[in-house]
Amino acid sequence: MKIVVLVKQVPDTAEERKLDLATGQLGRESADNVIDEINERALESALRIKDANKGTEVVAMTMGPDEASQALRKALSMGADSAVHILDDSLEGADTGRTAATLAAALRSTGFDVVLAGNESTDGRAGVVPAMVAEHLQLPLLGSLISAEIADGAVSGVRQGDGGTLNVHAGLPAILTVTERFPEARFPNFKGILTAKRKPVATLSVSALEVPASASRTVVVSTVERPPRAAGRKLIDDGTAANELAEFLVVNRLV
Amino acid sequence: MFELTEDQQAVVEMVRDFAKTAIAPHAAEWDETKHFPVDVLREAGTLGMGGIYVREEFGGSGLTRTDAALIFEELSKADPTIAAYISIHNMVVWMIDAFGNDEQRAQWVPQLASMEALGSYCLTEPGAGSDAAALSTKAVLDGDSYVLNGTKQFISGAGASSIYVVMARTADTGSQGITAIVVPADAPGLSFGPNEKKMGWNAQPTRQVIFEDVRVPVANRLGEEGSGFGIAMKGLNGGRVNMGACSVGGGQAALDKSIAYLKSRSAFGGPLINQQSLLFDIADMDTELETARTLILRAADALDRGAPDTVRLCAMAKRVATDAGFNVANKAIQLHGGYGYLSEYGLEKIARDLRVHQILEGSNEIMRLIVGRLAVGA
Repeated sequence: MKIVVLVKQVPDTAEERKLDLATGQLGRESADNVIDEINERALESALRIKDANKGTEVVAMTMGPDEASQALRKALSMGADSAVHILDDSLEGADTGRTAATLAAALRSTGFDVVLAGNESTDGRAGVVPAMVAEHLQLPLLGSLISAEIADGAVSGVRQGDGGTLNVHAGLPAILTVTERFPEARFPNFKGILTAKRKPVATLSVSALEVPASASRTVVVSTVERPPRAAGRKLIDDGTAANELAEFLVVNRLV
Repeated sequence: MFELTEDQQAVVEMVRDFAKTAIAPHAAEWDETKHFPVDVLREAGTLGMGGIYVREEFGGSGLTRTDAALIFEELSKADPTIAAYISIHNMVVWMIDAFGNDEQRAQWVPQLASMEALGSYCLTEPGAGSDAAALSTKAVLDGDSYVLNGTKQFISGAGASSIYVVMARTADTGSQGITAIVVPADAPGLSFGPNEKKMGWNAQPTRQVIFEDVRVPVANRLGEEGSGFGIAMKGLNGGRVNMGACSVGGGQAALDKSIAYLKSRSAFGGPLINQQSLLFDIADMDTELETARTLILRAADALDRGAPDTVRLCAMAKRVATDAGFNVANKAIQLHGGYGYLSEYGLEKIARDLRVHQILEGSNEIMRLIVGRLAVGA
């Protein structure tokens, strides 16, 4: 079985993240750029399948600038067999639509039985790219799973929604997205780190893919800096604080 | 030598992640409850930390001494005690890998490198510490076995370890009469003293190891009869660099905490860091640690190259780094005032843990003896 895991390099959530106000894009300088944790969980589930069945091939795929190769290196050091880097200056600032079309074209040329992705990235948080990719490829999407069983020819899982859980299944090929309910990723071991750079990384440009060179359809109209945190409101308990607190929570729709 | 390669950066990053998630959150509790986290050591083993600079043939990671120094510094930022035990374990595995024959390496290295089995180094005795060549534990040849009698003192990991590399006397010829012998934990006649109560290093057991007519096959001897003292000292060269790196890591953690504290604590109308004398303290701590780190890397590089001045550099690095680590941790307590004295702030633990690094694996006085004798050609 061939599993492609979509990974994205994002600013480390442990640090202060910023937008570049001039371009409206992510400020890549403001924090360390790391592989998104949710993608690590997706990769972990692929690697567990590989652990149990050595015939499994795991490919990490990313679209991003030069330095996104570090995210691929991390995926390779954790145990992915090879990587695909979609690298093209024309993709700078690509919106979800263009990103999905490009990823779909790269997936088509790479080939796969299963595509695993995170349900949403910690930077853009749109959470739509895997669904759009599925649409481009005319494949079933099993999104926002809290567990999954992937076997030859079929996949089943439990999808968490606001109203409850759904038991979902599909034949392969299919696209799955995982949530934080999936197990934490393993650490790469020293051997994995040292062999990562010997593993194949294919670099694809837009011209190598059958994808229309259309511009992004989403444009950022304006960007503003997040206002500094205002001082909170203090409730002094004169016997009515509990009521006031309850009222505050209700008015602000916090309960 | 001072710019980390991409691989080294990736190694350090992984060890930092591991230490932050698997070790640091538990370090205070392990110290308080004297818990030796064998399960976490196993996990470290699966990542390659059980045989860092051991050849890959039997499961080692095949990294350099320089890599090891970087790794031990990172581990020690989370917990000097656990880092130091892993250092001792690595010294044991390396001795078997470096001085054992292929049968011995195949038998012991895989289980040690994975940390499925833990190792202990048995040199010091109740009556022989710095004067290690005066050790009196005897190994008497009897047919195809050695019969060991005696007591080893201050043995890290004792009772929990599966494999003990024991320096024993096979002839009354001083340092020339010492032989390195591997003793498995289940050997009849092997027993352990109570877990010592001590100032720090609480998360690893320290016990006497007692040999009463312990019989092991001659095949458990590392190298030739009489070569044990040299093996023990070669192991210690690397051990000293690793222990120094542990001190630098602990000291760095104390410095980082101090900087954060001085920036956040206000007194006399502003953050404490605005007091220049305290800023100078931070500068001295930072400089002392960087000096030590630089010498550690130089000594590690000498070990990697088998340089002729390895012994001298390892002794210097051990002395400088273990003094620096303790001094910085002690100073950090002072900078934190009363809070530094509280266990909750984690600084007194670093100082307690690092204090012993000035004593063990050759006390810092012995380091000065080595350096001094080499300097004057005595």
